[in-house]
Amino acid sequence: MKRRTKEAWAAYAFLSPWMIGFVIFMAIPMIASLVLSFTDYDALRSPDAVGWANYRRLLEDPAVRKSLVNTLVYTVMSVPATMAVSLALASLLTRAGHRSAGFFRTVFYLPEITPKVAVGVLFLILFNGQAGLVNAVLGLVGIDGPQWSTDGPWVKPGLVLMHLWSVGSTVVIYLAALRGVPRELYEAAELDGASAWQRFRRITVPMISGALFFTLIVQTIAALQSFDEAYTAFYGSAASATYSNDAALFYLIYLFQQAFEFLHLGYASAMAWLLFVVILLITLVQVRLSRRFVHYEGGDR
Amino acid sequence: MTARRIVRWTALAAATVLFLYPFVWLLSASVKPRAQVFDNVLIPRTWAWDNYVEIWRAAPVAAWFLNSVAVSLAAAVAVTLTSSLVAFGFAYFRFPGRSALFGLVLATMMLPAAVTMIPVYLIWNTAGLAHTQVPLWAGNLFGSAFYIFLLRQFFLGLPREVFEAARVDGASHWTLFWRIAVPLCRPALIVSFVFELKASWSDLLRPLIYLRDPALYTLPRGLKALSDQFGQAGEQRWEIVLAGSVITTVPLLIVFFVAQRHFLAGITTEGPGSAR
Repeated sequence: MKRRTKEAWAAYAFLSPWMIGFVIFMAIPMIASLVLSFTDYDALRSPDAVGWANYRRLLEDPAVRKSLVNTLVYTVMSVPATMAVSLALASLLTRAGHRSAGFFRTVFYLPEITPKVAVGVLFLILFNGQAGLVNAVLGLVGIDGPQWSTDGPWVKPGLVLMHLWSVGSTVVIYLAALRGVPRELYEAAELDGASAWQRFRRITVPMISGALFFTLIVQTIAALQSFDEAYTAFYGSAASATYSNDAALFYLIYLFQQAFEFLHLGYASAMAWLLFVVILLITLVQVRLSRRFVHYEGGDR
Repeated sequence: MTARRIVRWTALAAATVLFLYPFVWLLSASVKPRAQVFDNVLIPRTWAWDNYVEIWRAAPVAAWFLNSVAVSLAAAVAVTLTSSLVAFGFAYFRFPGRSALFGLVLATMMLPAAVTMIPVYLIWNTAGLAHTQVPLWAGNLFGSAFYIFLLRQFFLGLPREVFEAARVDGASHWTLFWRIAVPLCRPALIVSFVFELKASWSDLLRPLIYLRDPALYTLPRGLKALSDQFGQAGEQRWEIVLAGSVITTVPLLIVFFVAQRHFLAGITTEGPGSAR
């Protein structure tokens, strides 16, 4: 008995950094954020209680609606694109030998290590309508490329292309998953005369559904919180001239502006909780739907 | 069969060009004179190494570089040490509330940072540290859910007998952790260290929130300032912004190449990929 209590205290001692951090940087801030969301607060005067006013304003604020729609549209475009491109690249790599797979894995992972702010700057130039590289390449095949960074409807496709450049970690994850699919399944299917598409649809997808599901969730949550590239390319720091393009106003950008440029800390807190609810709902729906598609080795879990 | 191989290798070659070209373009454009930045010729017709002297004159890049090194090293060391401590606590001990607490650790991964962003800012503000570099790394002294999860997996993989034998010989819990578990889990610690180094080096949002004085900027924050001043809406001196991009990117690439064996192997075997 005594030994067990001593063990428990030792365990809590090891856990203490996280437990202290949880209280200071999670629990208290969460409560504070909820309380603040019902106040008018600018960090200078003390907060004024305003009831549900911030939440009512959320529903009426056209910029909230705009940024939320932008973010959702971007998510719906970028997540499937990322998954498809990563899966295609990973499939190409499965048949490559060990050494060459290592080389390509590194090549695809390189952009992932590039700080997003540098990616934003780089593509701002590559996407330049007149002289940018992307349109120069499109020109070679006779396509008159759009004004990626200024023409509203083309801004989000541009941001998706930018994001597709950093699919490296997803490729690595899929590659590991594909390596785990038993060869015999494909051989048996081939003997039965299954086409390449059928083998992909009936064997590959179910066998790596765990990895697909994982990246779906993680990519969606990340896309809903996109900030760096769009902010770098389209928004100036408070002091500089603004060169905003409404099509790139992501939810987190607007939240950041409300909080740290206009110092509407109460309103921004309400925005943060709306984001939390949106992320939670989307994730729950995805988990629900996935139960039908995700196959785990070893039966139900 | 061979036709299929040709298609596959062509596709791989095309993908390689697409992934590498922007890098090569960036490196080459950063040493072109202003008028030729948009030329799309890979070998500059005139080499303008001056760009790297100009950026030095235009902004305190050396200070930004040192700030980035200091902040991201502190962040990576802190998170690796404390997360491994907590992970060992979860992996080795049996104690009341273990699974509930670990569930809480995992749950915190789901919470968007935006929810705690404002109160955490107010906490640092109350502590008088809001406009210093401390908030950029000090939170890591308390561990981080992702690394706790990652490292716990590694610690769970160690054979229990090793620890029991050491206990019999009178080793303290601390000795078990520091002398046995940590050395055996070096690869996982390297993965956690490099991951956080990359995350912290690249972070833009927190430096935007916390850093007001340009002398304290990290490289990404500095690059954003350069891009505001010389890019899009500014003086259109893209060669300076590009040189800044290179300075922000290349150090991380070097770290990656040095650590890459542990790094990629780490994500492949123990990282998010093994969630299935």
